[in-house]
Amino acid sequence: MSLQLTRRRFIKGVIFSSAAVASGAGVYLASAQSRPNTVVERLLSLNINGRSRLVDVAPTETLAFTLRNKLGLTGLKVACNRGECGACTVLLDDVANYSCSVLTHTVKQYDINTVEGLRAADGTLSAVQQGFIEELSPQCGFCTPGQVMSATALLRANPSPTREEARQALAGNLCRCGAYDHYLNGVMRASELLS
Amino acid sequence: MTFMHLGKDFTPPDVEGKVTGDAKYVEDFQPEGLVYARLLTSPLPSGSIRSIDVSAALRMDGVLGVITADDLPPSTAPANPMLASSDISYVGQPILAVAAISDAIAENALDAVHVEYEYRAFVTDPLESLTEGGPNAYPDGNVLQQTNTLEDENATIRGGFGTIKWPASEIERLRNGEEPQNVDFADGWTYGELDAAFAESDIIVEESFVTAGTPHHCMEPRSAMANWENGKCYFYASTQSQSAVDEGLASMLGIEPENLCIISEYTGGGFGSKGSSYPIMGVCGHFARLLNRPLQLRITREEEYYIGVGRPGMQGWVKTGVRTDGTVAAIDVIIISDGGPTGRNSASSSAQHLSVVYTPSAMRLRNIPVFTNTAPRGAQRGPGQNEMSAAIAPIMDKSARQLGMDRAEFRKINAPHSESPVYETQGPLTSAFLAEAIDMASAMFNWTERESQTRSRNGNKVRGLGIGLGYHSAGGSGYDGLVRIDPTGKIFLHSGVGNLGTYSYADTTRAAAEVLQCNWDNCEILRGNTEQHLPHSSVQGGSNTIFTHTRTSWVAAEDAVNKLKEIAAMEFGGSVADYSIADERVFRTDDSTKGMSYGQAATKAVELGGKYNGEEYPDDIHPITQRAVQGLAGSGLIGVAKDNLPKRGIAPGLTVGMTEIEIDLETGKFEVLDYVAVSDCGTVIHPQGLSQQINGGAVWGIGMAATERHVYDPQNGLPANIGFYQAKLPTFLDVPATMQNAGVDIADPYNPAGGRGVGEPSQGCAVAALTSAISDALDGHLFNRVPVTADMIVNYSAENEQEAKMLALNTF
Repeated sequence: MSLQLTRRRFIKGVIFSSAAVASGAGVYLASAQSRPNTVVERLLSLNINGRSRLVDVAPTETLAFTLRNKLGLTGLKVACNRGECGACTVLLDDVANYSCSVLTHTVKQYDINTVEGLRAADGTLSAVQQGFIEELSPQCGFCTPGQVMSATALLRANPSPTREEARQALAGNLCRCGAYDHYLNGVMRASELLS
Repeated sequence: MTFMHLGKDFTPPDVEGKVTGDAKYVEDFQPEGLVYARLLTSPLPSGSIRSIDVSAALRMDGVLGVITADDLPPSTAPANPMLASSDISYVGQPILAVAAISDAIAENALDAVHVEYEYRAFVTDPLESLTEGGPNAYPDGNVLQQTNTLEDENATIRGGFGTIKWPASEIERLRNGEEPQNVDFADGWTYGELDAAFAESDIIVEESFVTAGTPHHCMEPRSAMANWENGKCYFYASTQSQSAVDEGLASMLGIEPENLCIISEYTGGGFGSKGSSYPIMGVCGHFARLLNRPLQLRITREEEYYIGVGRPGMQGWVKTGVRTDGTVAAIDVIIISDGGPTGRNSASSSAQHLSVVYTPSAMRLRNIPVFTNTAPRGAQRGPGQNEMSAAIAPIMDKSARQLGMDRAEFRKINAPHSESPVYETQGPLTSAFLAEAIDMASAMFNWTERESQTRSRNGNKVRGLGIGLGYHSAGGSGYDGLVRIDPTGKIFLHSGVGNLGTYSYADTTRAAAEVLQCNWDNCEILRGNTEQHLPHSSVQGGSNTIFTHTRTSWVAAEDAVNKLKEIAAMEFGGSVADYSIADERVFRTDDSTKGMSYGQAATKAVELGGKYNGEEYPDDIHPITQRAVQGLAGSGLIGVAKDNLPKRGIAPGLTVGMTEIEIDLETGKFEVLDYVAVSDCGTVIHPQGLSQQINGGAVWGIGMAATERHVYDPQNGLPANIGFYQAKLPTFLDVPATMQNAGVDIADPYNPAGGRGVGEPSQGCAVAALTSAISDALDGHLFNRVPVTADMIVNYSAENEQEAKMLALNTF
């Protein structure tokens, strides 16, 4: 199954999650807030940054919300909350996705990577993080975690991209400061560090 | 001068947090007990509130309370209130906020609030309001009668209502590029002998022009969080400044500034829209106090477009007179500003741009800020200057072509130099080297050869070259600097400058390290939290930080060095003049063994007390700095001073941009093939930071030239751009993958560090280069409008009429 999010898949996810009747552990009545008549699975086990995390997830909850508000992973940012800007980008099995437009219930089977998971255990920064620092890629920094994740997805798939390939790969990440060329410098620097 | 630190790249301490996700912005703070508030905003552009019923919302599980204008200090139109009391003047105007135990409940509760409105006629186009019989944005008038002079661009415009109407015939004259006759204006200025200057002009060009208003699109919406403890407010803010927000926000909350602690380590973009305290901050602070809970007021992307303020649009007319030698003799300009509901306008700074970059012998500005029921307006990157640079570039090209003069040469002839008088006051500049910047850019771009070549045409694609100039005043004075050396010898550089991502907060503290001749690794910058004891600083905006705060850092460090020498002289004899510093030691110049480390001197300072350890401080420092020093007293050697260094007139930030574009006449899209910008920024303080500002400004210029604009539905007054994709800022694919830039790197004599800022003119020169290039590619055609959208180019090439009425604003 392709991990590229489509609006169709997002809507399907919403319908599925709302209607799902779960079995096994972690079955709750949905909150009084939404008041559906069905019982849904709420307690999910998610693979996040190499760890298994058990988390209570409402059916309509986006991955961005779960990560930020339930798990305290506030590195990703919610700048538009509707799939326009890429500030919330995370990796699902190494593919960049907008977490604001992915329902948490649809990603149980994936390895989820957030910006917090890029550092090595000894604290060493990833090549993308290091490249971005050396080239002073960020300005205000609000879009940076998303840029880092898109660049990471690119370099995992293609460790030696051309500048134009990098430009295409990051095109879904907006930066109002206009630091685009510095981000591309950072990606190319990261590619050098990897080689 | 050769510097240890200045002019060299370094890693600003906040950058690592940005790439790891550790950097905390407002919504990332989630303390125990946090409650969430959301806004109910107006669905109509103009009207009044008849009644509000919140009873159903308050009955909902998890809802904690509602705040309305009744809970807040009163406000009088046209000031932008925290919450609307009765009058509604724009779509998206905050009316009330609901707080709940979760963001989702707060949002759902808004649906349960019932508001009855009374509708009123609205207006979105200033010229329609200015026409006799046309609608007014407010019942009390259509024009701001401004009553205050702005000390800086971020200051709030104050004034009342006036009414100015023009006969329809004169509106039509303006639309047709002619000077309206016998009409009233609200404001203006003049210098020189205008008629005489036009009389000696050989080339006279008259054109009307229109520039769209544009949203700021800060990536971080202006969410806020407040928490009250024992009468003290801890306020987590998305702001361009630490200390420049202090007094305004304290006043909004009705507390003394010492009872306000602002936490703002990172801000996700401001671009002028977060330069001072803004109304929604007050809602958050008051609501948190009412509920006695930590409260986050989350602003959505859509709401950011409603309340995030935007650049005012302009409708205008300009007449330029140029002598045969290429010098500009006279400029006469009329500017009708789209002031939105607050009357904010940048007419004077637009005209000042002309006075600086073309140095006309005589000039006149006549202007009217007209209220419209559109988004509130505020300062946006190069407010006034940049939209004027966009409008004027092709018009000046027309004069140069009529003279048969190279367009770069034309600009160089008129470029200000260090003794040029500028502005309506015809006052001085600190220095200016724009001609040198034009020469550098010409060499980098190979301008002369490329300009002389015939423009290539490849099927439907035509190419054009453009040149643009950007200007913004780039430096203030009179703020305070503060450094501290603790007894271990560690050096703390205190900065009240905000952190927008320009890194100037860090760049400027390096001036203190320069004076202290210390190791950068032994320095720590303290910032982003009032409790870090931060001095009174300017806003991080207006391109001013580099100039303003290298000076404050310089004087504070000089004060510290002087105290180090005084302490050493007490120990080893002689006077201050007998001592030198190096390697974080102060020692006798004639015998370096007689000396002490900075840490030892700081220990001595603590013992000495008085001015040495901050128990005493200069009389002229700001109360904010006084409180900071009081908080530090006794903890080390304190260097503190107000910047009383000499400054002559305006410190200018000047840039030149050159570009080549290719326009596809079938799609109307243009591609930027090549872009070079050179800034007259004084001494380059931080090369990577300079490059970021020049290139980032160029991206902004591309947005202003091609895509960004406010659009309103003329039938209902609803904004069409309430999302990134509608509004529309450039993406990676809209800008060149590589751009070239450089700094002239000639020191400004009024800054010991030599630097001036260029954050704003870097957009102005880019948008001007692009409007110049579009005209060049289309055989000199003048659209006299920004943005030049694809449909305009298609209509032009197909010889269709343009869809927008001449000078129409806020529409397609």
